[in-house]
Amino acid sequence: MATQKITIEPVTRIEGHAKITVHVNDDGSIDMARLHINEFRGFEKFCEGRLLSEMPQITPRICGICPISHHLAAAKAADQVLGMTPPRPANLLRELMHHGQIIQSSGMHFFELAGPDLLLGFDADPAIRNVIGMAEENPELTLKAINLRKFGQEVIAILGGRRIHPTFAVPGGVNKTLSPKERETILADLEETKKTAQLGIFIMKGWAERNHKDIDRFAVFPTGYFGLVNPDNQLEMYDGVVRLVGQDGNELVKFAPEDYLDHIAEHVENWSYLKFPYYKPMGWPDGSYRVGPLGRLNMADSIDTPLAGQDHKIFKTLNGGKPVENTLYYHYARMIEVLHSIEKIEMLLQDPDIMSTDILNTKENFQGEGVGCLEAPRGTLFHHYRATEDRRLTMVNLIVSTGHNNYAMCKSVDMVAKEYVKDHGITEGMLNRVEAAVRAHDPCLSCSTHAVGQMPIVIDVIDKSGETIQTFSRD
Amino acid sequence: MAKPKVSSDWCAGCSGCHMSFLDMDERLLELVNLADIRATPFTDLKHPDEDGVQIGIIEGGINNLTHIEVIKRMRERSKYLVAFGDCAVFGGVPAMRNFFDLQETLRYAYIDTISTDESGKIPNDPEVAVMTRVQAISEVVKVDVFLPGCPPSADAIFYTLSELAKGRMPKLTGDLLNWH
Ligand code: SF4
Repeated sequence: MATQKITIEPVTRIEGHAKITVHVNDDGSIDMARLHINEFRGFEKFCEGRLLSEMPQITPRICGICPISHHLAAAKAADQVLGMTPPRPANLLRELMHHGQIIQSSGMHFFELAGPDLLLGFDADPAIRNVIGMAEENPELTLKAINLRKFGQEVIAILGGRRIHPTFAVPGGVNKTLSPKERETILADLEETKKTAQLGIFIMKGWAERNHKDIDRFAVFPTGYFGLVNPDNQLEMYDGVVRLVGQDGNELVKFAPEDYLDHIAEHVENWSYLKFPYYKPMGWPDGSYRVGPLGRLNMADSIDTPLAGQDHKIFKTLNGGKPVENTLYYHYARMIEVLHSIEKIEMLLQDPDIMSTDILNTKENFQGEGVGCLEAPRGTLFHHYRATEDRRLTMVNLIVSTGHNNYAMCKSVDMVAKEYVKDHGITEGMLNRVEAAVRAHDPCLSCSTHAVGQMPIVIDVIDKSGETIQTFSRD
Repeated sequence: MAKPKVSSDWCAGCSGCHMSFLDMDERLLELVNLADIRATPFTDLKHPDEDGVQIGIIEGGINNLTHIEVIKRMRERSKYLVAFGDCAVFGGVPAMRNFFDLQETLRYAYIDTISTDESGKIPNDPEVAVMTRVQAISEVVKVDVFLPGCPPSADAIFYTLSELAKGRMPKLTGDLLNWH
């Protein structure tokens, strides 16, 4: 009674390693498909006993793609543990760095990782279906994409001394001011960068029009949507309260990040090193929700910058005012957020406090516990620490962005496999679509595997008794 | 003459070294003229060419049995193997796990963390990798070029790869030899 198993490993053009197994019934139909996150690093345990002040340097090594998220979340948690609230200018500067990261990380994903599927096609030759193939096909666009990422990385380097794993945020503030010259440097490239982001949105819209059939049959399903908002329920990336809306778009709950344990819990499956967070009152798996660009734009009522705000309004009409359920629209949402971050940088640079030297609060009011939370490019990130008065950590709990999307990624893989992969004549392009289901979420397996690291995708064909019949690894 | 082939992969690292590779910015386009970029995490080929590549690059150390396979395959198929970044060179931050008992570390992550519900268990399905002590890659295979840094700078990466592509052994000195 042979069910077959197909394995795709590694899943490429995602950050990290994963594998997908597709279980095929005798009649050629798909029994199920699973995404296995295949790595574990153990940061939560090995940070025990470390000094609190080391955390903004240790935890970025969870992920070199969004190191700033961990750097800042660690600093925010440490602010609370020590009761040292940063002065306003320090928060503005941290936020500036954070938006630099969103631009580099999401911009890179759009153009360099997912872009080849959109610009060259899902069925293009795998040997050229990558950023180099894109460079050959459209060198001008590729150079723009490189410059978009460079802009974000330079904002980070100006503030933190280097692009990856900088040293900038410390408990109570930051360690460097922004000089007038540095401010000018950032401003000089701003308009060009904005144009590239708008071009990205334009490309996405055109692609969506030409491929709406694919978009409508590619992992479309309801979930809740989760992210931070400001007091007006607008999109907030650095500091806000958590808002969760249900499938219909109505608010289910709003809570302060410090209270996360009352609202979220994590489920474990023995076939993946990535845990599955869910909304506690609804239980597992009904309480599953999505985070990241699609989750955020569905969850927030509006965006407080003019250009991105306008595009967000258009985004909101895609499903007649209801949450947008199409997984491929993650790419669209991602570019709107990049535009938002560029506009935010512009606003921050106009703020009279941005070049202030009041960047560090040194007065301590020890609390012993803190939760640092922000919107990383891929979703809401929580760092929760407890420490003794001599500043040694006694407890570390991390819930990373990609984790929240674990249910959605698994569900998407299962749906896309059922929709596209047929037992007879499995093609590389079909398998690539299954991978694209994962890729759309822009999973950061480095983050996911703090606890978890690598993401190769394998498709295995498994029979009913669990025997692997065939493994496809597409080389 | 055909351009030398380059392949890369990542193991127990943070992807930061590969991000520093992208930080070569417009020099990436130059590199494409010097070398033929084959299987990497950014491209869609899954494994280094069976008939071999000139330069094989590994980010991250070893922390599970799958990594050992990945690294051995890369070694077999590469003329020059590059240990890319501190994690590959000597284990780096992930090697802090070695200070703790591995089972205890897994137990904490999947059972004892305060947000984990009663379904907590250590994943042990045959599909998931078996964890090991964290090691530098030179503990398992022969390494030809050590490129340290967390991550190595884009300049150091560009220099190393362009030297190797031209058939010369890179000599990392001064700013290019970076231990932080
Ligand atoms: S050496 Fe540093 S940047 Fe490179 S993978 Fe390791 S932690 Fe990340």
